[in-house]
Amino acid sequence: MAVLGPGPASFRFGSVLLILLILSGSSWTRDVPTGRNDTRPEPNRERDGQDRDPGTNATKHKKAFPVLELNYDYVRMPFEISLWILLALLMKLGFHIIPRISHVVPESCLLIFVGLLIGGVIKAIQEKAPVMDTKLFFLYLLPPIILDAGYFLPIRAFTENMGTILVFAVVGTLWNAFFIGGMMFAVCQIEAAAAAHVSLLSCLLFGSIISAVDPVAVLAVFEEIHINELLHILVFGESLLNDAVTVVLYHLFEEFSHADTVTVGDAFLGVVSFFVVSLGGILVGVIYGVLGAFTSRFTSHSRVIEPLFVFLYSYMAYLSAEVFHLSGIMSLIACGVVMRPYVEANISHKSYTTIKYFLKMWSSVSETLIFIFLGVSTVEGPHNWNWIFVVFTLVFCLLSRVLGVVGLTFIINKFRIVKLTKKDQFIVAYGGLRGAIAFSLGYLIHQDEGSKDTRGMFLTAIITVIFFTVFVQGMTIRPLVELLAVKKKKESKPSINEEIHTQFLDHLLTGIEDICGHYGHHHWKDKLNRFNKTYVKKWLIAGERSSEPQLISFYNKMEMKQAMMLVESGSAAKLPSVMAAAAAAPAAPADPAQTAEQQREPTPERMIPKISKTREAEIRRILRANLQNTRQRLRSYSRHDFFMDPFEDNMSEVRFRRQRVEMERRMSHYLTVPAKQQETPSVRKVWFEPEHKVYTYDKNERTRPSDSAALLDESNQRADGQSERQKPTRCLSDPGPDGDEEGSCFRPS
Amino acid sequence: MGALKSTPAPTEHYDLSEKTGFSLRQIRVLHKRFKQLSEGDDVLRREDFLGISSLKYNPIRKEIIEAFFNRRNFSPSCEGRANEIDFEEFLVVMSHFKPPCSKMTDEQRKSIRREKLKFIFNMHDSDGDGLITLEDYRHVVEELLSRSGALGKETSRAIADAAMFEVARTVGHRDPDEFYEGITFEHFLKVRSQSALCFKKEEKWLIRCLMCGKGSRHMFLK
Repeated sequence: MAVLGPGPASFRFGSVLLILLILSGSSWTRDVPTGRNDTRPEPNRERDGQDRDPGTNATKHKKAFPVLELNYDYVRMPFEISLWILLALLMKLGFHIIPRISHVVPESCLLIFVGLLIGGVIKAIQEKAPVMDTKLFFLYLLPPIILDAGYFLPIRAFTENMGTILVFAVVGTLWNAFFIGGMMFAVCQIEAAAAAHVSLLSCLLFGSIISAVDPVAVLAVFEEIHINELLHILVFGESLLNDAVTVVLYHLFEEFSHADTVTVGDAFLGVVSFFVVSLGGILVGVIYGVLGAFTSRFTSHSRVIEPLFVFLYSYMAYLSAEVFHLSGIMSLIACGVVMRPYVEANISHKSYTTIKYFLKMWSSVSETLIFIFLGVSTVEGPHNWNWIFVVFTLVFCLLSRVLGVVGLTFIINKFRIVKLTKKDQFIVAYGGLRGAIAFSLGYLIHQDEGSKDTRGMFLTAIITVIFFTVFVQGMTIRPLVELLAVKKKKESKPSINEEIHTQFLDHLLTGIEDICGHYGHHHWKDKLNRFNKTYVKKWLIAGERSSEPQLISFYNKMEMKQAMMLVESGSAAKLPSVMAAAAAAPAAPADPAQTAEQQREPTPERMIPKISKTREAEIRRILRANLQNTRQRLRSYSRHDFFMDPFEDNMSEVRFRRQRVEMERRMSHYLTVPAKQQETPSVRKVWFEPEHKVYTYDKNERTRPSDSAALLDESNQRADGQSERQKPTRCLSDPGPDGDEEGSCFRPS
Repeated sequence: MGALKSTPAPTEHYDLSEKTGFSLRQIRVLHKRFKQLSEGDDVLRREDFLGISSLKYNPIRKEIIEAFFNRRNFSPSCEGRANEIDFEEFLVVMSHFKPPCSKMTDEQRKSIRREKLKFIFNMHDSDGDGLITLEDYRHVVEELLSRSGALGKETSRAIADAAMFEVARTVGHRDPDEFYEGITFEHFLKVRSQSALCFKKEEKWLIRCLMCGKGSRHMFLK
């Protein structure tokens, strides 16, 4: 989009200011005393009127009927919320229209900046700004982001690096917390800091709040820089899993700072509580995930509410975990991860799209609101600027992060196959951003933590660190990534080759492990998969999909995607009928198996023989003459019936078989060689014999029905004539019903 | 290799260590396993592999077993199949799954990667002619789906065809009328290097038990 020039941008800014003024104006009018009585002058005056004229008819009004009234209280709450959200989204929109800024500055910075502005404006009006209430943050703003992240977590990458992620999350966060806490206590003892009243436990509490890498900030920044999957999952996974540690440490130190003495028993209980919090959170998530998957099994009759089940079960998982002070984030992630494969197998495609877009939408709104509130709260919040404390906090945060990452990587690399290079370590250390979670936790600190000054000091330090990491690190990470030439994410289309190769390798490695006699990690993964297939899938996936192997569902999905792409790109031909595909199905199963068996005898003889050069040339000539057509036609085959939603479930089997037939044609056409040359002309005619009467291969056979309803009728009638039609079409790709006879046409004569 | 017991490392083991790059300890461990599988014999046969119980769930076990008996995996110049293998050949096949040493030049890394891919290529190419034809590929996919019953047999064809089509499409800048015989090893390398996950996959391609020093803690299971 071309740069619009200053005009529209300032217009947008002006409109924002206008909205702001309306907002503040409305709150101003609300609070002015006379405003409250605005709604009641008529009744008052009426009563006065009646008192003065007791004799007159009570219903006689001296005043005209109020055509326009102002009653703001009624809608105040939803109005303000909507206004805020609208404002936030307009801001977000605005940034992308100004192209120059959005390349340099990450969105999160801009949003914080806007928040600062708004906070400043509101303060100038002497109003109380809406501060980011902790409850608001943890219960409403954070879950959508985490759910979005957890539901679309790349499982393979995550589990492959699980060990590394856990080490960074647990050990790294512990190291950070204690290092910062300890160091800050030492700093507080310095005379110049004037903070000697801060106890060790308070410092440790502070350390634990500020040590955790924040998923919201990481997501916001890393989304834009597109680094390779490994680094992304390392930093992001760490930010998710360290929630358990943060929760435990926070509660631990808070409890301890109220108690007088800390015994070893308490410390031991702390360790135990860590396991309870994390494993309990995961357990809660898994339970809700299984429930959600189970529910989705039965939703085939009310597709519209399917997405709601996903959202509600996940949210319930989060809330249930929070009830017991377990880690809500881990519960949410576990729920999403467990639920996803089964739910996706059960729900309709539209529901899947809905879920995806709703999650993205909610998480986007949440993120925007969080950053804006962060800015507003910064202006508003209790501040106590203590130079030494803040500066040292910043320094030690950075230092502990770097030391932690380097030290842990040194140990981890001994166990990793793909080692983490220095560049990787740098990015991981540099990507340790702090964000709103730290801020909210800081807000939660009770007032009676020493004096109010302490709390103010802590908050100021936290905000400074957050600002520094988000602004400085967030802005510079993109040029640094370019500078260091870190491997970027490769955009790769899902490829069926890839999938086959992956599965092949998995099985190969499992097999070699078995031969070695060693129960390695492939073996256990294989066992888990088998368990999943035989027991779990039966319960949680509806219908016949439960036995569908992964390769097939992958293939289906790919075909579906390609088909949709084609439709969206707007090719004009009509949809082929689906019913006709049923024709191909019945005779198929028994015989390929039988003849495949025969073929698979370990004979060195090939099924498709080499043909002579002349034959090849002839075929090439024929192919060349028609290849353009074919290419176009081939594309148009895969468009199919997903528009016909009510038929979707019944059709899947049928559709699949039809696709198979089509594919065979394509492939045999392109790759295999017909054994007898004279068959080729007749093949051509028969090959694309319009079973569906939509696509034609020969120019002279352009029969096209006008609509699919006609197709349905025709195909039903044609069901009788199917067998003869099948024989010739399948002659060349797989031996038809008369196995031996047809099969012999492949043997070299 | 004879029936030498392992306490003083036999000289053959030193030679093998040179040749395959395993450490002496790993060779000793593998030798034990070899003896266990072959029931004291000097050579392994196919039946010995079939006796491994946990292998029976593996859909591509036939290919894996064949890979051990495929002479092309022993050295680049050999052809054909063997019916029995001895310990040295067993080790050579196993050495494909060794982790890469950290101190390796790029050249060495590349050549090791090439060897690993050649190994897989040989596994795909069941008739041994140096090309993965459509039939070979179909066979592979059928095997992968062989645990899924009737549905697998039908759809494997379609999947294999689609996959072959994809390869044909990506690898060629060929004339549209050229006939696509099959995937050669060079094509295979190219396809693998185009895939985004390739480096990670190949680097991760090892069995942890064969990492240095973990030999003695095996559980040898039949």
